[in-house]
Amino acid sequence: MRYLPLTADDRAEMLGVIGAPDVDALFVDVPEAARLSGPVDLPAHAGELEVERELARLSAMNRAAGDGPFFCGAGAYRHHVPATVDHVIQRSEFLTSYTPYQPEIAQGTLQVLFEFQTQVAALTGMDVANASMYDGSTACAEAVMMAQRVTRREKAILSGGLHPHYAAVTQTIAHAEGMEIERLAAAIDAEAAVIDAIDEATACVVVQTPNVFGVVTDVTRIAEAAHARGALLIVVTTEAVSFGLLKSPGEMAADIAVAEGQSIGNALNYGGPYVGLFACREKLVRQMPGRLCGETVDAEGRRGYVLTLSTREQHIRREKATSNICTNSGLCALAFTIHMTLLGGTGLGQLARLNHAKARELKTAVEGAGLEVLTPRFFNEIAVRTRGPAAAAVDAALAHGVVAGVPYSRLDPHAGLDDVLLLCATETTTPEDIAALAAALKAA
Amino acid sequence: MTMQNVGRPTRPEGASETAGFQSLTGGRGLLQDEPLIFELGGWSKTGVDLPEPDQDASDLAGLTRADLPLPGLSEPEAMRHYVRLSQKNHAIDLALYPLGSCTMKHNPRLNEKAARLPGFADLHPLAPVATAQGALALMDRLAHWLKTLTGMPAVALSPKAGAHGELCGLLCIKAAHEAAGQGHRRTVLVPTSAHGTNPATAAFVGYTVAEIAQTPDGRVDLADLELKLGPDVAAIMVTNPNTCGLFERDILEISRLTHAAGAYFYCDGANFNAIVGRVRPGDLGVDAMHINLHKTFSTPHGGGGPGAGPVVLSEALAPFAPAPWVVSSAEGFELVEEPTAEAAQAFGRMCAFHGQMGMFVRAYAYMLSHGSDGLRQVAEDAVLNANYVKARLADVMTPAFPDGPCMHEALFDDRWLDGTGVTTLDFAKAMIDEGFHPMTMYFPLVVHGAMLIEPTETESRRELDRFCEALRALANAARGNDKDRFKAAPHLAPLRRLDETLAARKPRLAWKPETLAAE
Repeated sequence: MRYLPLTADDRAEMLGVIGAPDVDALFVDVPEAARLSGPVDLPAHAGELEVERELARLSAMNRAAGDGPFFCGAGAYRHHVPATVDHVIQRSEFLTSYTPYQPEIAQGTLQVLFEFQTQVAALTGMDVANASMYDGSTACAEAVMMAQRVTRREKAILSGGLHPHYAAVTQTIAHAEGMEIERLAAAIDAEAAVIDAIDEATACVVVQTPNVFGVVTDVTRIAEAAHARGALLIVVTTEAVSFGLLKSPGEMAADIAVAEGQSIGNALNYGGPYVGLFACREKLVRQMPGRLCGETVDAEGRRGYVLTLSTREQHIRREKATSNICTNSGLCALAFTIHMTLLGGTGLGQLARLNHAKARELKTAVEGAGLEVLTPRFFNEIAVRTRGPAAAAVDAALAHGVVAGVPYSRLDPHAGLDDVLLLCATETTTPEDIAALAAALKAA
Repeated sequence: MTMQNVGRPTRPEGASETAGFQSLTGGRGLLQDEPLIFELGGWSKTGVDLPEPDQDASDLAGLTRADLPLPGLSEPEAMRHYVRLSQKNHAIDLALYPLGSCTMKHNPRLNEKAARLPGFADLHPLAPVATAQGALALMDRLAHWLKTLTGMPAVALSPKAGAHGELCGLLCIKAAHEAAGQGHRRTVLVPTSAHGTNPATAAFVGYTVAEIAQTPDGRVDLADLELKLGPDVAAIMVTNPNTCGLFERDILEISRLTHAAGAYFYCDGANFNAIVGRVRPGDLGVDAMHINLHKTFSTPHGGGGPGAGPVVLSEALAPFAPAPWVVSSAEGFELVEEPTAEAAQAFGRMCAFHGQMGMFVRAYAYMLSHGSDGLRQVAEDAVLNANYVKARLADVMTPAFPDGPCMHEALFDDRWLDGTGVTTLDFAKAMIDEGFHPMTMYFPLVVHGAMLIEPTETESRRELDRFCEALRALANAARGNDKDRFKAAPHLAPLRRLDETLAARKPRLAWKPETLAAE
């Protein structure tokens, strides 16, 4: 076995040092009835070549996004990631290190996290950001729980434009905690409707922009309405590239901003691992979930970084912790930081404008194919009304070699929006892709 | 070009005392001080070449941001910045990394290569299911291996880390109790030696936590368990092997008592590496157990994530597993993303999409590489290595539980440091000067000044000996009145000990132009 360095001689000698007759003697505490006498019923070990062949076979059964015209978004986005990013994150010192609990020999990871937190705070327009969460959806659920701690109120209002998976995750967690969730009916341009739902029992309102239908909203008025009733505004963003162009949650008076950071630095990976962004106002920081990296000095007065405010966390507080979270999404946050550093504010702005321009081309082409575009103001995603069920349109387009986006019904089958198709264009989308989509939708 | 060796000395001359040597610029040889990206002057710079869009964003008037003050770097500058930072990290690829309870084993690069195949890395989670059959097949195979290795009938793949898996398991248990009219059960029993995530998770789902006492030999106190198991108890959460590195000898009795009381048995699977291929948790009466793919199945820790925490489930809990799941039929694989009428008891959803697919690919490649024979060998070598370390250090340090073998990790307390003035923390920091990452310290909480050493199976005899020699030398120094070596350690790391109190008292969580060091 190529990963196991001990030889038979090593094992025999080591057992001698231990004073055990054989390896079974080391498992003596396992009850007799629970000991397996031989290997379980699975294939025996395989060489690197065989394993590589099997994984390549499974990979080849999938159609990669880059294999042809492709228009899926809805929470995960195909962007070009510079080769530098994947090289650096595979350096042993980043890839094979643990959580930086020994800061003297983890300054690499810690300084990256400090840069990451600063970048996320700037992108979201907030004061502070944590060292990342599992993904955008779990960050959203954690934000709602945080609002409950801050306001000591028990109700959260979810906009009808919130990604249905985010709503489901939040409902799952909140239900367990006994919190009440009011999820408003799904609708294309649904954000203003949350204002009427806010009352004195409301801990927070959760609004997504651009929303799951692609609609961009200035949420300043919602923030005013929430604050007037003592509630917090949580702004959700699933497409982090939009931060390069659109007003930040902070500019619109959000209290907590959460986002899916996958778009920057990270591949699609069939849904994970991704990187949740979590930022808030400075005065709320002690109620924040997750790891935080902070600046300090060493014994010689030199600047350094440590994990800090850990008195909020499970390993210190146990059942009184702000969250049970024990990891962040370290390597994905590193990828985010490197890509963001390559882009800079200038590059991200340019990338965002490019995405928006592609989506405008997409809109024109889809309208040319005779379909109604439902999204009034968009960044790089639009919702369109298909002639029959959107799922059937996607199947039909696939027969023409085009992956024509995501039927909204796949995310939310009970909303009665079966004829709504979600389409996304990014910098990777070519004019030929768009022409192929228009032709396929016309034929469908 | 080669370096000319005519006309220059080829032997070192005049080796003089270098203690206290200072470079002229503050540099430390190849180990560079590296500023933050915000201090490198790239406020208008970018390291990517993008075309200018031929349409402007004027249709978003009133919705666009005023500015985005973030610096950028050209590609060579960015490469140098992050490579310099990387050199300030310790890593498994550099030396044995004995963090108990963390299973820092070798990360095969084949797994990295496999996860980057375009069919996995460039696959959108909402791509039509017909175009993702290979991904679903892999999830199905991974599930089969996890179920077979644990002897459990079902698995929920989507949890994104161990603690997320604990949450998933407790939510299944809560849903099962509610479905059976047992929703009044609100207490979760947790041993005093448990990971902090166990009580935190129980509290997170609204349960009250009660502690179970520990016996002098480091196991669950059966009498105390029996006393506390009552009609209000929803579940027990027991780590096995436990955090003292010991197998719970009475595990069958623990599960029998738990089930007899109408409660479920949640097993924290953090230490599954010690028993994989030799013991199936299903045979121990476990109802739910998360598996840290980043521990037992070697997906990289990545400086603190991403992890992956699938949860295996018993027959009783399986109907409550969250969406999504994979089903296979004659036509191929389907993905159930919304609970159907037949599976209406699913408790909800743990995350957007389907879980840590990138980690599934790595873990599956690792499983195929080892096979059933290799995985059994993994457990045996992990346990052998830990017992070897314990045996080699037993005469200079004090094993917390000297009688009988340990499992995959060896636990020491700090009795052997009595009277030396050296603490567990000092000792751990001194290990850094010897080139090793410290062991887990001050955990578990049940042992004073705990030092928990988990070498893992991927260490060679030579590296184990190098490690043991270093610890023996340090132990002798600690008792030989060489206190300064420890109190000021580490001496040779990129930084000296850091002021964590200052960091917490004046939280500085994002860059500002002025630094704390200057204040």
